[in-house]
Amino acid sequence: MASNSHNEDVRVRDLITEKRAKKSISQIFEKIIPIILFSFALITILTTIGIIYTLLVETIEFFKRVPIWDFFTGTVLRPLSQDPQFGVLPLINGTIISSVIAMLVAGPIGIMAAIYLSEYASDKIRRVLKPMLEVLAGIPTIVYGFFAFTFVTPLIRSIWPDVEATNILSPGIVMGIMIIPMIASLSEDAMSSVPNSIRDGAYALGATRLETTFKVVIPAALSGIIASFILGISRAIGETMIVTIASGSSKNFTFDITESMQTMTAYIVEVAGGDAGAGTTIYYSLYAVAMTLFVFTLLMNLLARYVSRKFREEY
Amino acid sequence: MKLMDPSKMQARMHRRIYQNNILKYIFLLATLFGLVVLATLIIRVLNDGLGWIDFNFLTGRLSNDAERAGIMGAILGTFWLMVVVAPVTLIVGIGTAIFLELYLKKGKAQSFIQTNISNLAGVPSIVYGILGLTIFVRLMDMGNIVLAGGLTLSLLVLPIIIVAAQEAIRAVPSFLTEASYGMGATKWQTIKNIILPAALPGMLTGAILALSRAIGETAPLTVIGIPALIIPFPSGITDKFTALPMQIYYWTLDSSLVAEYANLAAATIVVLLLLLFILNSTAIFIRNKFQQRY
Amino acid sequence: MSISFVTETPKKELPSIHEANKQSNQVVFDTKQLNLWYGDTHALKEVDLLIYEKEITAIIGPSGCGKSTYLKTLNRMVELVPTVKISGNITYKNKDILDRSFKVEELRTLVGMVFQKPNPFPKSIYDNVAYGAKIHGIRNKKILDEIVERSLKGAALWDEVKDRLKENAYGLSGGQQQRLCIARTLAIEPDVILMDEPTSALDPISTSKIEELIQTLKKDYSIIIVTHNMQQAARISDRTAFFLNGEVVEYDKTEKLFSNPNDKRTEDYITGRFG
Ligand SMILES: Nc1ncnc2c1ncn2[C@@H]1O[C@H](COP(=O)(O)OP(=O)(O)O)[C@@H](O)[C@H]1O
Ligand SMILES: [Mg+2]
Repeated sequence: MASNSHNEDVRVRDLITEKRAKKSISQIFEKIIPIILFSFALITILTTIGIIYTLLVETIEFFKRVPIWDFFTGTVLRPLSQDPQFGVLPLINGTIISSVIAMLVAGPIGIMAAIYLSEYASDKIRRVLKPMLEVLAGIPTIVYGFFAFTFVTPLIRSIWPDVEATNILSPGIVMGIMIIPMIASLSEDAMSSVPNSIRDGAYALGATRLETTFKVVIPAALSGIIASFILGISRAIGETMIVTIASGSSKNFTFDITESMQTMTAYIVEVAGGDAGAGTTIYYSLYAVAMTLFVFTLLMNLLARYVSRKFREEY
Repeated sequence: MKLMDPSKMQARMHRRIYQNNILKYIFLLATLFGLVVLATLIIRVLNDGLGWIDFNFLTGRLSNDAERAGIMGAILGTFWLMVVVAPVTLIVGIGTAIFLELYLKKGKAQSFIQTNISNLAGVPSIVYGILGLTIFVRLMDMGNIVLAGGLTLSLLVLPIIIVAAQEAIRAVPSFLTEASYGMGATKWQTIKNIILPAALPGMLTGAILALSRAIGETAPLTVIGIPALIIPFPSGITDKFTALPMQIYYWTLDSSLVAEYANLAAATIVVLLLLLFILNSTAIFIRNKFQQRY
Repeated sequence: MSISFVTETPKKELPSIHEANKQSNQVVFDTKQLNLWYGDTHALKEVDLLIYEKEITAIIGPSGCGKSTYLKTLNRMVELVPTVKISGNITYKNKDILDRSFKVEELRTLVGMVFQKPNPFPKSIYDNVAYGAKIHGIRNKKILDEIVERSLKGAALWDEVKDRLKENAYGLSGGQQQRLCIARTLAIEPDVILMDEPTSALDPISTSKIEELIQTLKKDYSIIIVTHNMQQAARISDRTAFFLNGEVVEYDKTEKLFSNPNDKRTEDYITGRFG
């Protein structure tokens, strides 16, 4: 055993034992920390509860005043008139039409970009192009709204003069552009996770890259691609500023894409921005529309998750 | 007898290869389409707005007179929003991530919270606006002040930072935590001394991305009710405020009345994009500079 | 300045079933009927083993036979795997370490561990060595300095790093990193050091340095080393345990086990006829 005769000897073991005896404070700490962290984690749960609760309570209040059937089947929305009517179909119609236009733009372009990035581009090119596409996704939607209103609409009108100054076509297209990176990126992830051994099988039979992509890679990655489309639709449904700015606030129930239409989101902005006093039917309609919107997007998100889980290929 | 006719195959092969090559360029064009739009957008905004950015514009008050209007109030509003959002999301987001990754056992509760977080990430931002309006503005009776807006935006971007922080924690190699436990360190000591420092660059990157998402958001603020009126500069988180995206919104809407408002909106967009560019560059810098290679 | 060590507890009579080992040093770890499961995998089966103080005990056996698992049970690191279930008995100097009331943190300051792959923290050399002392509440700069210096000396690394204590540990070579990990363990003055294949990731020169170091450490510490390398076990250890499929097939003095094994399976293994 080593000698302990020197005074300057430090006996770490003893020091540790000594400190350990006094460590009750840090032991309490050790117990408290998880409780604090748990209360943080609880905030996300409370957020969900808060959203559902507030929407539900006020929506129920709304349906006490406006029959639920009238709301979901009504094609007339006249919240401010003497004889107000609260049919939500014009808003659902506007939402669906703008989303369809957006997906007609984002779907094909997004998937073609995904094919290029995953199947054709070299590593180097991909590493340049992908982050640049992601910049597109990082632009605030208000900027897209400005772009739709001050650039795309005049551009469309110069080609097609029938189009009105506020219309559903222009914000639909711009929303599509905004969604391209999302679809491209998620589809590309799905396609590049298809293992090369599967591609090699097709190449070995003499298939071209194009044939391999369409006959082998896309079928194998289909669930991921479909999920990316569903998420794209959900994003379009929930998008607010672009349609609010560029599509105006006409509540007509129409299928004419050259006209102004209102989406559910734009209605919420309009009503909340005006001063609908608490307790009025208009005020409650805000929540009923928001609830409808929330359910729409939630179902889309759940569906996307279900598709990508359920049909995930095991390689 | 041959089942395949070689000359026919030959002809078809040429066509197939030709198709392949044509489509390759179409796919490339599709990829570039987004970038062309991006370039158009930026050029357009710079073209309309750059000439309007000067000292008076940056430091001046709002005004109905386009020539004299300034965005200092909006800049300050956005600044005070960041003062709320940054610490709230950082603390709650990282705390939640630590709890989920390091304290909660894998199982039903864990997957429930995780599913809930990814659902929250898909809730439209305007719905958060309604939550903020109902809870913070009305129920807690804050009114439409910075704090109410900031808390609303915090809830909105919380999923982003939680997921980023979880990934950063998962990326800390287990041999480091094992070494710490092996020295007799407790769980919290290991988290504080080993896991957090190693995960911090990833967490900060996620936090900055969440912050930049928050300051570009407009929809929740429109619901909370940000006045289009001219109000005094906010000097704290309990003041009423406007913010850069709100200012862009109002000027864009009114550009059909006063043409110069479009220029003011474009100029404000330039300022907002510059701010986002700085934030994102910082995030990339942090990621590259402080990421530890093991 | 000299290194001081904990004085041992009074000698205890060894259990009579271990008659053959009677003249040996005092027992540090007494393992009885240890069973361990990872979920449904039965990784350790009825393990009985006595580890003696101030000796080098080697554990050999084909990979997957439970060597690391056994080692990690001795400082209860296995408990980090949530599915683990343990039955049986392990005492450390007559204290039941599997008992809930035995704090793992305390156990791990008594029983240090060196891992297969060098795993310094991404901190300075100094902070790596001072880590253990700091987490146990020692803050005094002078004491920390002293701990760092003598631990690095103890791990035969001082001369190589004394001028760059503030540099990041990842600048060191693999062999130096492993000695740093040993120094880090020495810093909290454990009684026992567990080493899980500490040289398997190193080149031959670094390996021989570490082997040399282990032999000098034996003077003051009880060392249990898992190794894949039978020559290494034969070279440095006093006793060797041969594990197979989670069981201890044979445990004996190293010379005996390698020159004249009792069990056919041991013989087959050490002569390279299987695994
Ligand atoms: N974390 C774990 N989870 C499940 N099984 C494990 C785990 N670690 C080890 N095992 C299993 O326990 C057995 C023993 O493993 P181990 O102790 O690592 O063996 P050795 O170190 O001798 O190579 C192996 O069958 C291994 O698959
Ligand atoms: Mg092992």
